[in-house]
Amino acid sequence: MNSTARHIWTITKKELRSYFSTPLAWVLIVVFLLLSQGFAFMFGGLLEYQNASLAAFFLYIPWIFMVFAPAVGMRLWSEEHRLGTMELLMTMPISPWHAIVGKFLAASVIIFISLLLTFPAWITINWLGDPDNGIVFAGYIAAFLVGITFLAVTGVISALTRSMVVSFIVALFICMGMIMSGWPNIVSELDNWIGGLGQKVSQLSVLTHYNELTKGIVVSTDIIFFLSVIGFCLYLTAVILKTKRA
Amino acid sequence: MITVENLSKHFGPKVAVKNLSFELKKGEVLGFLGPNGAGKSTTMRMITGYLPPTAGKITVGKADVVDSPVEAKAKIGYLPENAPLYSELTVQGFLNFIGELRGLSGADRDKAVSRSMDLCHLQGVRHQSVDTLSKGFRHRTCFAQALISDPEVLVMDEPTDGLDPNQKHEVRALIRRMGEEKAIIFSTHILEEVEAACSRAIIISGGEVVANGTPDQLKKKAKGAGQIRFQVAGIPASATKSDLEGLASVSSVDVNLEEENMLRGVVVPKEGQSARASEDIFKYVSSKNGLLQELAVLEGRLDDVFREITETSV
Ligand SMILES: Nc1ncnc2c1ncn2[C@@H]1O[C@H](COP(=O)(O)OP(=O)(O)OP(=O)(O)O)[C@@H](O)[C@H]1O
Ligand SMILES: [Mg+2]
Repeated sequence: MNSTARHIWTITKKELRSYFSTPLAWVLIVVFLLLSQGFAFMFGGLLEYQNASLAAFFLYIPWIFMVFAPAVGMRLWSEEHRLGTMELLMTMPISPWHAIVGKFLAASVIIFISLLLTFPAWITINWLGDPDNGIVFAGYIAAFLVGITFLAVTGVISALTRSMVVSFIVALFICMGMIMSGWPNIVSELDNWIGGLGQKVSQLSVLTHYNELTKGIVVSTDIIFFLSVIGFCLYLTAVILKTKRA
Repeated sequence: MITVENLSKHFGPKVAVKNLSFELKKGEVLGFLGPNGAGKSTTMRMITGYLPPTAGKITVGKADVVDSPVEAKAKIGYLPENAPLYSELTVQGFLNFIGELRGLSGADRDKAVSRSMDLCHLQGVRHQSVDTLSKGFRHRTCFAQALISDPEVLVMDEPTDGLDPNQKHEVRALIRRMGEEKAIIFSTHILEEVEAACSRAIIISGGEVVANGTPDQLKKKAKGAGQIRFQVAGIPASATKSDLEGLASVSSVDVNLEEENMLRGVVVPKEGQSARASEDIFKYVSSKNGLLQELAVLEGRLDDVFREITETSV
């Protein structure tokens, strides 16, 4: 391993240890599982869909991640500000990028584990019917991308404040905006207001690209959309951390 | 090892550090003194690369802190003010983490961590979670963190804050010992510490250097420094007083106690003639066959110097 990878891994490992040393990560994961499965069964009618699929489950994923990702990511930098450990971390012989990427990866692992633990639903539909597993897989990719995009957004907010509560609430509202801007009702409202505006805005919405991906058509533009939002957020985090010190 | 040139730091309109310059060589221990808000922590934060300077240049070894931060930071062990720690980790877990960030791994890391735990007497709490530690142990853990990579430069912001008297004593001894082969800067509000551990001290006030020198040189700046306390007996007091005042090296004599055959007081020598004056007094008294019961050149006290310098300059 070269030194960049080693430093990132050191940070990731430590963050994961922090996550699992308190019940927080476990509680969040359990709540995620209950919500995502519960919504799918109760409101989405998971088992009633004609052809076996996880569509009902994926339907609610952006809305659940809108709350879940800020809850996972809120402590990333706020905690460093609050404890004063930022001063330690930023005087270590590493680049701030190592810390930014390492923390982002650790939080992404939590999202990954959460999605992984929904496998019983996948087993169930395969047992009951004959789903298109390619679409299921695409759905999981889309879900993961939405989750970590919201994490990256939360990371930016938590770099700004030492209060976890503030970073949670602000991040939640921004994530909500990123979904709503692609919500059909809102899009048509905007279109009525100024012709074509809704369509333009919805191109910037997480929901629009998420829906495309979950259809099973893995288009590179949608993936590039998510990756660029993440890249931009990580960059913004770096800028904020730097200007906060000056 | 460390060169600081014309360093300044502004926070908005507030000037925290103003045109600060000093140099520190290997084998030196520099004490950083100054009243609250003088800019000590701010200066240390700039040296360690945490805060970017508004103006000026800092070099550690050959590395410029702003231009090649990673290289500079690798040379510095830093104990920040208030000893911040990651609360979810154990003492050993925390030190392992820092060791890895400093590029140590495997057996090297374990050895370095164990060595710094020994130096700071942390072996007893190594498996304890950091947030259940007492204040002094938290401080020691952060201190241990600064020593892990055995750095060439140590920057410590109030290293003895919160320690018990035994630990304070031990930390001072440790600083003095490590100072023989490292360059060390530490800030403190305890002036005995400066005498106990420093080879040089800088007093800053309002962000500027107001005094710089060895503890002895600084002490000489105190108002009473160099005055001579004396007590003579066996010769008539009134004559003695006027005779002493007549000595070439003496500027004035303050009498504290006068009896028929005994005189006690303080001689204020002429500028820079303290040694000369005490010799003259001794010679005078013996020529008169008097009994010199006390003769002592007064040393200045560092806290007098500190108070005089920093009170006038604010
Ligand atoms: N981030 C900041 N923003 C604004 N002002 C600051 C900031 N950090 C420090 N200052 C100001 O800079 C000045 C110097 O502060 P500094 O912490 O360096 O003092 P100090 O000498 O370490 O004091 P103490 O003995 O109390 O630790 C103070 O007036 C402080 O209010
Ligand atoms: Mg301070």
